[in-house]
Amino acid sequence: MKICVLVKEVPDAAVEKRINPSTGRMDRSGEKNLNPYDTHAIEAAMQLREGGAVAVEEIVAVTMGPESAVRALHKAVSLGADRSVHLCDELLAGSDVAATGYALAKAIESESPDLVLLGQQSDDGECYTIGAVVADHLRMPSLTQVIKLDVIDSEPSAPGLPGLRCERQAEYGYDTVQVQLPAVISVGDAINEPRYPSLKNIMGAKKKPLDTRTASEVGIDSGFVGPDGSRVHCGEFHAPPAKPSGQIIEDEDTAETVARIVAWLDERKLI
Amino acid sequence: MADVLVYVLHYEGAFNKNSLGAVSEGAARAADVGGACDAVVVGGEDLTDELCGTLGAYGARKVFRANGPEGLAQPVVDVMAKVIADHGHSYAIFGGGLLGFEIGAGLAARCRAGVTMEVTSVRADGDELVAERPILGDSQISVSRYRGGLGIIIGRINAFELRESGSAAAAVEDVEVAFSPWSTRATMVTRGEQRGADVDIEGADILVAGGRGLGNADGFQLMEQLAGAFGANTAVAATRAVVDAGWYPYAAQIGQTGKTVAPKLYLAAGISGAIQHKVGMQSSENIVAINKDANAPIFEFSDLGIVGDLNKIVPKLTDAIRARKGS
Repeated sequence: MKICVLVKEVPDAAVEKRINPSTGRMDRSGEKNLNPYDTHAIEAAMQLREGGAVAVEEIVAVTMGPESAVRALHKAVSLGADRSVHLCDELLAGSDVAATGYALAKAIESESPDLVLLGQQSDDGECYTIGAVVADHLRMPSLTQVIKLDVIDSEPSAPGLPGLRCERQAEYGYDTVQVQLPAVISVGDAINEPRYPSLKNIMGAKKKPLDTRTASEVGIDSGFVGPDGSRVHCGEFHAPPAKPSGQIIEDEDTAETVARIVAWLDERKLI
Repeated sequence: MADVLVYVLHYEGAFNKNSLGAVSEGAARAADVGGACDAVVVGGEDLTDELCGTLGAYGARKVFRANGPEGLAQPVVDVMAKVIADHGHSYAIFGGGLLGFEIGAGLAARCRAGVTMEVTSVRADGDELVAERPILGDSQISVSRYRGGLGIIIGRINAFELRESGSAAAAVEDVEVAFSPWSTRATMVTRGEQRGADVDIEGADILVAGGRGLGNADGFQLMEQLAGAFGANTAVAATRAVVDAGWYPYAAQIGQTGKTVAPKLYLAAGISGAIQHKVGMQSSENIVAINKDANAPIFEFSDLGIVGDLNKIVPKLTDAIRARKGS
């Protein structure tokens, strides 16, 4: 089985995020990191490989982004991916979610994976949607926010490839869904605790194969991507109505802190 | 003229509250641009004519009903794509929740449409609809404008108010759809399973809620003791992350897929305040947060924020409240 893991470079959690007023896009300068949600997807791929229920021949990390995004791929490889694919093209900058999902699907298509894994959301856009966009273009079944993943026997209609039994929390409680491979699965952060990369793997990450592909190399129609190929335009950024900020107590002397909390609650007749 | 199509989720013969909010919003905004709002439902025999007709009360003109699997997104994408192709709706609106995100995104791919998620407000501008979405931790509002034949709007949970505007029953039209091969390769095994004890958090006046910052399942003992100190009408609630991790029962979960609460006091310990949590509790009358990270988003919508170690503060607070109550 071959697994592709979609990863993304996002601004480091400690960096204050802002919109660049001249481009209307997120300012992506400053410290960046692998989207923390994606580490759960890589870990899920590693656990499928190590679990032994199915032979995983290859785990390929795939990203789309500017040149700097190779660092996210290095991180993904240090966490267990065997090699990586970097879709990098100026034409793709400014793509909306639907265009980005289309472009990623084209990059994945050339890898013909049996399973595509991704994190439930990206740390910068809080977007739960990319998996479902990619899946529809790849004509694969898809499920998001999966918190348990088990390999099950293949169905008679699809010999050769196993199925997956997935659990997730939906609107009315926990759902268990059986999915036949090939499929696109986005995983929730409760699915596992990602391992830390070993020093050896960090040092070796840059030596693992990395293919850089342009949009035309993976067959992307340039009319479907970038600002002109995107069907939604986001702009007119403005501040939300101001909300009076609350009172903040820095806890130095806990007895005093607690006394202040109790007084605050008392004043509002909450005790 | 621009018509709006809304997907309405149901379970065991009842419609989802967020979906009904989306129908209300869809009807109001369609009227603003000279159109009408229709609904799509997908499921089995519990989707009776009578039940579907009740959507008229929220402003739906027509209900397109398809027989298909419940609780899965891709079959609904097939149905909506067909209804839109046949009837030319200009916007699709979803009330949020997991399925709304999945269906909206799948439909965007299928129809090559723009999609905006976490929308908190929709308004008419001339003859088009624009969607507003808070971004960057709710510090900015971004405005989405659509191009092409279809714009997709996925609401944030509780963003669209439920309004009864119509009186007549909506017309019901059955739709025959050939599902895509990939839509039938996911099948529901069990749906809506409840895990853990049943607790009532919606009726409580005071909620003490715990998140990942509690460290482990045992951390909830601190919260239970604090709830005990407050006394009657106080309950313990939890974030999705800790419910999924098995630290606390599902029935106690606040947020995106859990419950929405508005108690007199919401005291959060070890909760960072992700949007998914915020949407479930932001209407609380008084919000107190204890977190060791001074940059935690929860401090931005707390009335009282305490930056410090909950393991030190909560036990002492429990003692102090007990003493205060005893006096």
